[in-house]
Formats: sequence, structure tokens, C-alpha cells
Amino acid sequence: MVRGMGKYLVNLPAVTGRRLVIALPLIWLAVFFFLPLVETLQVSFTSPRRGIPPYEPLWGIGDDGFFTNFTTGNYALLLQYWSDYFGPAFNSIKLAFFSTLVCLLFAYPMAWWIARSNEKWRTILLVLVMLPFWTSSLLRIYALIGLLNPNGFINAAGLWLGLIDAPIQMMQTDFSIYMGMVLTYLPLMILPLYAVMVRLDADLLDAAADLGGSGIQIFRTIILPLTLPGIIAGSLLVFIPAVGEFVIPALLGGPDQLMMGKVLWTEFFRNRDWPVASAIAMLLLAILTVPIIYARYQDGRDAVAETPNPKQAEAG
Amino acid sequence: MAPFIRLKSISKHFADVVAVDDLSLDIEKGELFCLLGASGCGKSTLLRLLAGFESPTKGVIEIDGQDMAGVAPADRPVNFMFQNYALFPHMSVADNIGYGLRRAGMRGTELAERVDSLLKLVRLHKLGGRKPHQLSGGQRQRVALARALARRPKLLLLDEPLAALDKKLREDTQFELVDIQEKLGTTFIVVTHDQEEAMTLAGRIGIMDAGQLVQVDAPRRLYERPKSSFVADFLGTISFVDAVVASRDQTSITIGGYLNICAACDDDLPVGAAVKLAIRPEKIYLSRTKSGNVNEIEVVVEDLAYLGFATNYRVKTASGQMFKLQQQQRRSLDAPLSWGETGYVHFDPQDVIVLQD
Repeated sequence: MVRGMGKYLVNLPAVTGRRLVIALPLIWLAVFFFLPLVETLQVSFTSPRRGIPPYEPLWGIGDDGFFTNFTTGNYALLLQYWSDYFGPAFNSIKLAFFSTLVCLLFAYPMAWWIARSNEKWRTILLVLVMLPFWTSSLLRIYALIGLLNPNGFINAAGLWLGLIDAPIQMMQTDFSIYMGMVLTYLPLMILPLYAVMVRLDADLLDAAADLGGSGIQIFRTIILPLTLPGIIAGSLLVFIPAVGEFVIPALLGGPDQLMMGKVLWTEFFRNRDWPVASAIAMLLLAILTVPIIYARYQDGRDAVAETPNPKQAEAG
Repeated sequence: MAPFIRLKSISKHFADVVAVDDLSLDIEKGELFCLLGASGCGKSTLLRLLAGFESPTKGVIEIDGQDMAGVAPADRPVNFMFQNYALFPHMSVADNIGYGLRRAGMRGTELAERVDSLLKLVRLHKLGGRKPHQLSGGQRQRVALARALARRPKLLLLDEPLAALDKKLREDTQFELVDIQEKLGTTFIVVTHDQEEAMTLAGRIGIMDAGQLVQVDAPRRLYERPKSSFVADFLGTISFVDAVVASRDQTSITIGGYLNICAACDDDLPVGAAVKLAIRPEKIYLSRTKSGNVNEIEVVVEDLAYLGFATNYRVKTASGQMFKLQQQQRRSLDAPLSWGETGYVHFDPQDVIVLQD
């Protein structure tokens, strides 16, 4: 009996240690990610009120017993005034889409070049890609303003060299917004692309060339399909935060470009209508995640279908 | 007629490394030629030069009478089989094999039939729909072979084609490779570091060292009559005796000093010339008693390893000369010599290789 206990005691630290390693991040995710999400979902189904917090509780037990304030009114409101929200949503998605596209076009050759460099250079170049992350993004935006201003560096240099007669309006344009977006999000595109490209066996390219593939054919038939996971990962990493981005458009863009992030901010802090703001957030989340989850699900099914059957492979 | 492949004074430099150094070689049509050497000897670089992935720093490569300078890999009548096979992981077996054919514009039933006949050639019919990662190592090797043969190259280059397979599979695949080569009549150049593989596969072997061909010959001649101590030492096991010619007649030389060895030799070696004698282990006989043969030397057993079919011995003469020898166990009742025992070795003068380097 005592000896049996001893066995358990010896195993105890190992088992609990392993469980702890898995449990801690799970608890962290549950507390700081899942609970706020549930809270937001709850709030989106209640009505606003004056007070703290500025919304009715979804349910509770009061003097008359159980009560609920469940309403779909916030979503109905969004549907009723959809044109007010559609514009900003469209602007946000358009901005995110084109930012992703430009990032991809810039990052693809850059990541390729880094991945094909020799090992010593690769490390240096990767550090250079990540270096901007170590400074405040706000600082980088202000630096960009300093460059693009009518009396900023570029215009001053252009005037001084006689290339332009008058300052070019670069701030508060699409150009300045996209500059800011690409500068901020480019590393998020380069890194996943680099990760797939560095694993791409150079022999595959030689093999394709040996079998008669031209440069374009090798790109289309070998490089593109094999780097597609990187393209998808990088695009998601850029697109998802870019949709909610409102600092960059606010600082670099003009007043006419209303973004979803800004609308949310207004609903939350100016109108203090948390339920409607939550409903917007939930709707946006649904619009963005459903296609991604669906795509992942399809991927998963393909992967399952392709899983090798070792017995069959050996027998053949 | 000019040889099918002619390499004339080829050199290839990478920065300050000389991978191939002023190398010349002729290979005939339909030959199965093996380039054998340790890693880093330049054999793979030579193969990549033939494929067109690299261009020579100096020298001329001719294939089928045509100068290959400036000809892209795709435009050469040459295909390459990679050491790790380099199968396209996202394509099925059939698409891998058909890749070169599609690039040549082949489509539809013609393509399907050609891929099908290639799958049959390498005994992989029914597996055309699989992805490379669903195949075993041996199957992958055969897909790579079929893909490289699809465009009917006049010359196929194989970089360590069997290195990734385990020993048993490698032996079967060796013969299969030779069969396919004979059936198609394609010229094969195989690069390998495995001498057994080279011996079984090749009609001729070129042994490479430091970017140069040390000796090119049939496997038997390389083993029995190496031209340098490097080749003698590289292929199999051998015992060397450093010596000076003491006397000579028409057909043999005798060395004096600590050991008296007589060796058959046609070369015109004067008395006093420094030579190196080399003797293969299986050509040396070991016995307990004196037999009165030529080249009989008293030895002490230093070390032995029982292999079942034979026993490997390391024996030492009184003067300190080591011999490595292998004795077959023909009669199981023979009482073998054991550690520290004294015996006698002897070998035929015909089996002594006289080297002058």
C-alpha cells in the first residue's frame, strides 16, 4: 500500500507538469480570448442604458425571478441602416484587400531573394525585415508623415532639385494610406512566404528545367503551387488585422474615407452604444471568419483524403 | 567515328575551389559508365556540367558531336536523375512522369499512353494516381527513373541513384537498373561513392580524386591491375610493401632487405628503383606449417575477425611488415590460427601488383 503510493508520488510531478504546460495556454486563451468574445456576443443581444456598464444585463435573477433582456434589435438596426455601415465596411475590406495584394507583390520577390541567399546573409536580411517591429508602429507612421508632408522631406528634396514646381499632395490620399499599410504589414507577408520558400528544394527547380520547363512554366507549375500555403498564410496575417485597422487611415488618410474601425470606435466611445458596436463587431467577425473556416475545413478534408496508407504503399 | 560524349580539358572553379581540374574523358554510345570517388572529389559537379546546370570554367563538352557550350539543360539530349529524386511533391506519380512530356507539348491520349508505358517499364502501373509521399523509397526511385527517361534522352545522368535505399533493396534495384539500361540502349553515367555499386553496375569505371580522373578502366582491371596506390587502396582492401628492386630477370623483379618477395613485372624497372608492392587479402594464403612455396614469409597473427564464410587476419612479419589477408573456410574442421600464433603466408608472384608511385 505504502509502496503503491510511492509510485504515484514519483509519477505525479511528471504528469501534472505536462498537463500544466498544456493547460496554462488553454486557460489563458479561455480567459482573455474566449470570455471577451462571449461577452461581446452577449452585449450585442442587449439594449443600451445610461450607467456602468452602459448596457442592460442579458439575463439575471431579480425581484420577480428570472428575467432576460434578449433582443435582436441591434442587428435589426444594422439591417435597417445597412447603407450607413456598408460604406465603411466596403472601404475597410477594399483597403485590406489591396493592402494585402500590394504586400504580396512586394514580399514575394523579397522573400524569394532572402530564401535563396546564402545562410549568413539570410539571417541578416531576416533581422532587417523584422527590425521595424521593434520600434513603435505609431512612431513609424509619424516618420512617414514627415516624409510625405507638403513641406516634408520628399517635397523639399524635389523642389530643391527642381524636379517639381510645387509640393505634391501625398498626404491624405490613397497613396499615403497604402504606404502606411504596406510599411506596417509587409513583414507579416514576408515571413510566412520565406518559411515556405526556404524549404523549397532547389533540386526541384533544376529537375523542372532539366525536363524542359521554361522560367514561366517552372514558376506556374512548381514554385507557385508549392509556395501557395505561404501566400495564404501571409495574406490572412495581413488581411485580418488590416480590416480592423483604423489608426493608419485616421493619421494618413483624408476625412472622406470612413473605415469600419472608425465606425466601431464612434459607436463605442462617442455614442456609447455598446450593444450596436458589439453587433457590428460580431457581424464583421462572421463575415471574415466563415470563409476562412470553410477554406480550412476543405483543406483538412483534402489532407485526410491524401493521408498515405503505409501498408498499401509498401505492397504496391 | 567520334565518341558519343567527349570531355576536353574540362575545369570548373567555384570561387577559389577547383571542383574539376583539367579533366578529359570519352564515353561511347550505350555505355553504362560509373564515376566513383569519395565525397567532394568533383564527381557530382562533373555530372551537373554534363546536365547543363553549371557551365565549365574551361574546356569543351561535346554530346553526340555537338558542342554544349551555351545550350540550356532543357535543350540537351540529356536528362538527370537526382540523388533525392526531386519528385514534385504536389503532383501525382503520373503527372511527375508526364511533366517533361507536357513541356514538350504532348497532350491527351498520346500523353496518357506514354506515361502508362513508362509506369509499366518501372513496374509501377496502378500507382499513377499516388502522390510521392505515399510511396516507399524504392517506388520513389523508380518514379524518378521513369520521369528522367520520359523524354527519351540519349544520355541519362544518375546522381547516387541507389544511395537512399536500404541494402537489400539496393541489390535488387542495381540489376533492375542495368536491365532497363540494356533494354533501352540509353547511355548512362552514374555517380556513386559506393564501390560495390559501381562494380556491379558499370561497364567502365572512372575513379576520381581531387577533380581529376585517376584511372578509367573495366571493374576487373581496376581491381586486379590498379595503376596507382590511390586506386589500389580506394577499391577494396590491400596490403602495401615499400621496397627497392634488388634483382630482375625477363618477367619478374625481386626485392631484398627484410623481406624477399618476387613479383611478376613487365615494366622496365632498373635495380635500385623504389617500388610499392600491393597484394589483395584473398590472394594471400595462410598455413600453420611451412610449404616451400615462393614468397613464403613467417608471420604472427595480430588480429582476426571471424565472418562465417571467411576469416579476416592481420598478420605481422618479424620485420614489422603488416599483411591483411582473408582465408576462406573451405573445410570446417581446419584448426584456424588464433591470436599470437605463428604461421606462414605465401602468395603467387602473379598476384603481386607493382606500383611505382
